[in-house]
Amino acid sequence: MKPAPFEYWAPTSVDEAVKILSGLDDPGDAKVMAGGQSLMPLLNLRLSQPLHVVDLNAVGGMSDISRDGSTLTIGALCRQRTAERSADVAAAVPLVVEALGLVGHPAIRNRGTIGGSIAHADPAAEMPAVALCLDARMVAQGPGGERTVAASDFFDGFLSTALSEDEVLTAVRFPVDGPGCGAAFVEVARRHGDFAMAGVAAHVRLEGDVIAEARIAVSGVGLTPVRATGAEAGLRGAAPGDDAFAAAAAATSAALHPATDVHASGAYRKHVAGVLVRRALGTATDRARGNR
Amino acid sequence: MSHREITVTVNGAVRTATVEPRRTLADFLRQDLGLTATHLGCEHGVCGACTVLLDGDTVRSCLALAVHADGHEVTTVEGIAEPGEMHPVQSALWESGAFQCGFCTPGFVMTIYGLEQDARAGRPCPRSRTEIREELSGNICRCSGYQAIVDGAEAALTAATATATTTTEGAR
Ligand SMILES: Cc1cc2nc3c(=O)[nH]c(=O)nc-3n(C[C@H](O)[C@H](O)[C@H](O)COP(=O)(O)OP(=O)(O)OC[C@H]3O[C@@H](n4cnc5c(N)ncnc54)[C@H](O)[C@@H]3O)c2cc1C
Ligand code: FES
Ligand code: FES
Repeated sequence: MKPAPFEYWAPTSVDEAVKILSGLDDPGDAKVMAGGQSLMPLLNLRLSQPLHVVDLNAVGGMSDISRDGSTLTIGALCRQRTAERSADVAAAVPLVVEALGLVGHPAIRNRGTIGGSIAHADPAAEMPAVALCLDARMVAQGPGGERTVAASDFFDGFLSTALSEDEVLTAVRFPVDGPGCGAAFVEVARRHGDFAMAGVAAHVRLEGDVIAEARIAVSGVGLTPVRATGAEAGLRGAAPGDDAFAAAAAATSAALHPATDVHASGAYRKHVAGVLVRRALGTATDRARGNR
Repeated sequence: MSHREITVTVNGAVRTATVEPRRTLADFLRQDLGLTATHLGCEHGVCGACTVLLDGDTVRSCLALAVHADGHEVTTVEGIAEPGEMHPVQSALWESGAFQCGFCTPGFVMTIYGLEQDARAGRPCPRSRTEIREELSGNICRCSGYQAIVDGAEAALTAATATATTTTEGAR
């Protein structure tokens, strides 16, 4: 099939994009387009028939990667492939690079953007889970100016975020890994590059040989990515090892109630999430000890 | 709907056209330019049959708009070899018998061509069969000729890597 007709806008600045959106009778009639790797399929299949498409591809300065002390900022329009290959991203937030390698296929990542993946907010997608795990901050610009939203407040339902219809996501700010930090992303998918049935992003900070802090986000098990807060609390102050990781796995599984769909049963996802938590914590801890 | 005038360098030739913004890059190539070797299987990014290069990077032409190519360079499978000759990637696939009905073949050729360009330029590219399979996992062959396709890709990439090494050594 082919996209239904739409009015096409190609702003060259974020201000202009916001002005176009907020100037429409109903901004809900419009769709912002970044890499198009999720939006184009919806348009081609006519599952989405917006009256207006506001294409961000000509907006300048929205794809930069910059580091300011303990924050790494990735422009929303930065292509996934660019971030994946960036030495700055690898050094500051290696979890982003590892997760991007699992997003679709290279030809998809060559166009797909960091911001598009997060704004699309597919609960099975990797980047939303990474953002939630790391407590990334989303920078949004709307008619009222700029605001920043914490990841914990950003994903608010199936394919739904705190962004309003006349707002544009301009950048994502990730905290930079400090000493003693390690992270890992692991998932179970039917085929390399497919959306996973379940995935886990884990980040640990060791102090000596004790877990000072652990953060875990699970994808593919609900309407949004889910923080495994119970498991995180149990790990704080614990000695890293099989016992602690098994307890975290059990706590994670117990707190999840995934639905059954064509890809996997809820019970299977619940089980797999636990297994993945154990694996992700093991790898993250190894990396925190410097055994990358 | 308002139309847009676009100028795209396709296989080295500058082409101008007036398109509706909703025109996909795939339909622009096939219907407006008559370059019908780029195939459309699924039109939602899953099968890889429509893979082309945009400014040297592989992309799904069904998931890009023609207007996205305005001012840019597109390479399709028609553009990788001289007329009457096969490109080394095409020869390697031919010698491996890497096609049956051939529908998916242009997409595979372009995916492998993208990797082969990396290999020739000395950039990292997949070496092991596992890595090659991972890279090719975004292309689907309904005739399931994967074994032979991986053979062809391996041969093409090995040859290209050898060329890159020789060139580097020659330059020393
Ligand atoms: C075959 C295939 C396999 C895939 N597999 C995976 C996978 O395994 N994991 C995964 O995570 N993803 C996967 N994807 C999706 C892909 O990664 C997309 O790149 C990503 O989800 C969307 O990014 P995009 O830049 O293309 O956004 P678009 O498609 O342009 O936009 C997606 C949505 O986000 C909104 N949006 C985009 N940018 C902004 C912005 N700056 N401000 C406000 N709203 C915005 C759009 O309005 C739209 O609603 C797959 C896609 C395909 C086609
Ligand atoms: S037709 Fe474009 S990926 Fe299938
Ligand atoms: S050769 Fe027939 S689809 Fe691949």
